[in-house]
Amino acid sequence: MQKNRLTWMIGGPQGSGINASAEVFAKSCSRAGLRVYANIEYHSNIMGKHSFYRVRVDDEDVRSYREMTDILVALDHETLAGDGDHRRWPTHYGHLHEVSQGGGVIYDSDIGFDPAHTGRDDIHFYAVPFMETIKKALEEVGKGDQARRYEVYKNTVALGASLALCDYPLQLVSEVILGQFKGKRSEVGQLNVRVARLAFDYVKEHFDSEAFPYKLTPHHEPKARILAKGYEIMAIAKLKAGCHFQTYYPISPATDESVFLERQQRDHNILVVQCEDEISSINMAVGAAHMGVRSATATSGPGFALMVEGIGFASITEAPGPVLVLYQRGGPSTGLPTRNEQGDLLFALHPAQGDFPHIVTAPGDLRESYQDVFSAFNWAERYQLPVIVLSDKKLAAIYTTIDRLELKYDKIDRGENFTGSEWTAVEAKGNDLVRRDGNGNGKGDVHEYLRFALTKDGISPRSRPGIAGGRFWATTDEHDPDGHITEGVEMRMAMMEKRMGKLDLIAKAIPKDQQYGYYGPEDAELTVVSWGSPKGTILDAIRVLAERGRKIGFLQCRLMRPFPAEDVEAILRKAKRLCLVEENYSGQLGSVLREQTGVKIEERILKYDGRPFSEDELVAAFSNVLSGAHAEPVVTRVR
Amino acid sequence: MSVSAPIKFSVKDYKADLHNDWCLGCGDFGILTGIQMALAQLNLDPDKIALFSGIGCSGKTPHYIKAYGFHTLHGRVLPVATGGRLANSAVTVLAMGGDGDGYGIGAGYFVNSGRRNLDFTYIVHTNQVYGLTKGQASPTLSKGRKTKSMPEQNIQDGVNPIAMAVAAGYTFIARAYALEPKYLAGILVKAIQHKGSALVDVLQTCPTYNDLYTKEWYEGADLPEKKSRLYKLEEHGYDGVVKDPADLDEIIMKKAAAVARSYEAEPIPTGIYYQVELPTYEDAVNQRIPALAEKPLVEIDTFHRDVDPLLEAMR
Repeated sequence: MQKNRLTWMIGGPQGSGINASAEVFAKSCSRAGLRVYANIEYHSNIMGKHSFYRVRVDDEDVRSYREMTDILVALDHETLAGDGDHRRWPTHYGHLHEVSQGGGVIYDSDIGFDPAHTGRDDIHFYAVPFMETIKKALEEVGKGDQARRYEVYKNTVALGASLALCDYPLQLVSEVILGQFKGKRSEVGQLNVRVARLAFDYVKEHFDSEAFPYKLTPHHEPKARILAKGYEIMAIAKLKAGCHFQTYYPISPATDESVFLERQQRDHNILVVQCEDEISSINMAVGAAHMGVRSATATSGPGFALMVEGIGFASITEAPGPVLVLYQRGGPSTGLPTRNEQGDLLFALHPAQGDFPHIVTAPGDLRESYQDVFSAFNWAERYQLPVIVLSDKKLAAIYTTIDRLELKYDKIDRGENFTGSEWTAVEAKGNDLVRRDGNGNGKGDVHEYLRFALTKDGISPRSRPGIAGGRFWATTDEHDPDGHITEGVEMRMAMMEKRMGKLDLIAKAIPKDQQYGYYGPEDAELTVVSWGSPKGTILDAIRVLAERGRKIGFLQCRLMRPFPAEDVEAILRKAKRLCLVEENYSGQLGSVLREQTGVKIEERILKYDGRPFSEDELVAAFSNVLSGAHAEPVVTRVR
Repeated sequence: MSVSAPIKFSVKDYKADLHNDWCLGCGDFGILTGIQMALAQLNLDPDKIALFSGIGCSGKTPHYIKAYGFHTLHGRVLPVATGGRLANSAVTVLAMGGDGDGYGIGAGYFVNSGRRNLDFTYIVHTNQVYGLTKGQASPTLSKGRKTKSMPEQNIQDGVNPIAMAVAAGYTFIARAYALEPKYLAGILVKAIQHKGSALVDVLQTCPTYNDLYTKEWYEGADLPEKKSRLYKLEEHGYDGVVKDPADLDEIIMKKAAAVARSYEAEPIPTGIYYQVELPTYEDAVNQRIPALAEKPLVEIDTFHRDVDPLLEAMR
């Protein structure tokens, strides 16, 4: 018997509501003190195509998914056997082969599935009459003739049946369901509970659930944890940071964040604008930033491809923002709209023409996302430039338990601001305001406020329309301290140096623990190097191998621009053996590391099938690296 | 509270001390003067004006005006201005750019801005050519025409900005002539006072590249009676203002009349083609976010939000 350690999966056609039952299940586990890591895979489609939701439950912290499923619930035949029977090029082979030894398959007895010829006599099969169960529940409330209208309740049947197998109290799930249907809709909740109970009873009556080896037991005094989705954390970080203004154009998988914020408009005074395209989104956000509000946007690769001119615009005009969350998905072009990939690192680092400063950061989990999105607004205003926070589909969509959501660096910093008409930049900064004779426009003894004053540290206190005496011009042309166009040699150089010099300031100011992280023993036999969302999977895989006595370290690169080259190089040079892990084709962080540190990582574990690494894949890949002495560069293309 | 005497601004208070690099005789000078005159007539505080422009000769206009000025990207002036306006509704927002900027590369934003009816004024310098790149055909040049700067005749047709604005939903649509700055100023005053999105399409001469639509052409110097090729709508009994915005029939009739007039090629009508008072984007936003009816977004304290209830709901 295995207690409090299992993976449960529900699969069915898109639109069948698998999200609802998976999330109810996850929540009931989280509330009972169990740790949850849940992820969904779905097609870019509204109705009909195969989707599945996987919920991993454990007593220990889990940060990734497993290959094998212990309880598989199939709402349709395709979930078990794939789509090879009706597609010329099958997209998947179903999940039956992923069921662990001794695991169970709960399936709808109406789908015409016969376990006899599957070759899986090592697992349990539980045929449950889904529609009949729903009908029975409806009969109890006098609606027996309306069963077809309630087909979506199959999810609830699945849930009730699953709980019976793992001996989990139905009460915990009922509470979650009832909590979701309040007021007028409480009848819906009641009916769902009724369906779940009938399914639970059906399994208990017809099968020997005691023989099923995977069991879940609630904790007695459960620790109250948060169970959150990534995009929710991003959105809440924006609220916490005081973001006034968010623009967006609908795009998977970034839209959810903006819609979440849209719902908060009235309560939190955040203005959310749905734009006509991403060019409009970024430019509105830049306009709003110049007007003095904390402004933000969110998009994915195809939208970012349209936004890039706005990044250069914000940077050369020293706009205090926006903060842009870039949810990567499979590229290139439209690519894999609903699947994961870390394919936009190099693009985010070099998004537009010319040399200009901007910040790119890549948090590896939800807690880091919360901190980095919060900090991004401070950085944008202090250094007057756009900030890109790199996320991806995986981080956006995972549904996982978090112990605490706290900010280590929680101060709001709005940077240096022009404070009034008597004020001069000379006094405020205590140094030379303007280089003498910058193309004839600069006067050494200027005493009025200059928006783009050539200060020693390159930061010119900012103003905004509406402030008396703070008037300025801003232009996307090269400009002088007034903000007027110049093509003068000296001024051009001075302005380039002023803007680019901000990167050094930033590199010094951002706390090291927000720049990179090292996990594991100092004397690791293998140092894994990665960035972004594989972090959790890497840590889980390292934990598994540590139990087998292997010493693996993990260098996580987080701040991508300005890049902490010196520190990272020191870690790389000290490592006994290096191995790069990325979810893209070319190993983009590898390119960055080679450019920034001169270190070339020969051993690379790459994946670009649009699905995140599983714990098992990385355990196998790391073991492989540890066991082989490769003379040649090795690229392990997982799957 | 002490009340100081109201400040009276004059045209020179809006003149920036900067060398102007437009060509001698450029129609843009007339537009610049028209804008400055309108701002003075409205007595707007230069610190509470934000001017947004696109790229091209017209894009330089804000640099010559004493006010907050944003010289943005080619074709993107309206999104930037929209962001600005939404961030601070206490600031008067004027957007400006060329006909290539607004009706070509920025056509999508031109149309979608009409859908919103945000309160701003958009001034388009329509001169049928791309001046700063030396005179290629712009989106308002008709098919078959060829300026001296073009190697071949134009094989695309021109758009009709007035008709496009009617269809897009602009609630104030007017046309003026750059070399009549006083008349232009009068139109601009009304456009700025109008609550909602206002388009002022300004026929502008480009003495360097456009030898078709010159000052002389507009004045009708080549015509036997030397009669101007422009006329003023209001002098011919035309009234484009919708009296009852609740009357859909009147709106349709006035829109149809505006479109019909916009196809008159010679003489060309100037003046207000169409105007209607309808709820603005700001009105809609204030419904969603009541605090915005009290003060502009930039002045709202967003730094003490309690997000704990949102997190609690996730337990």
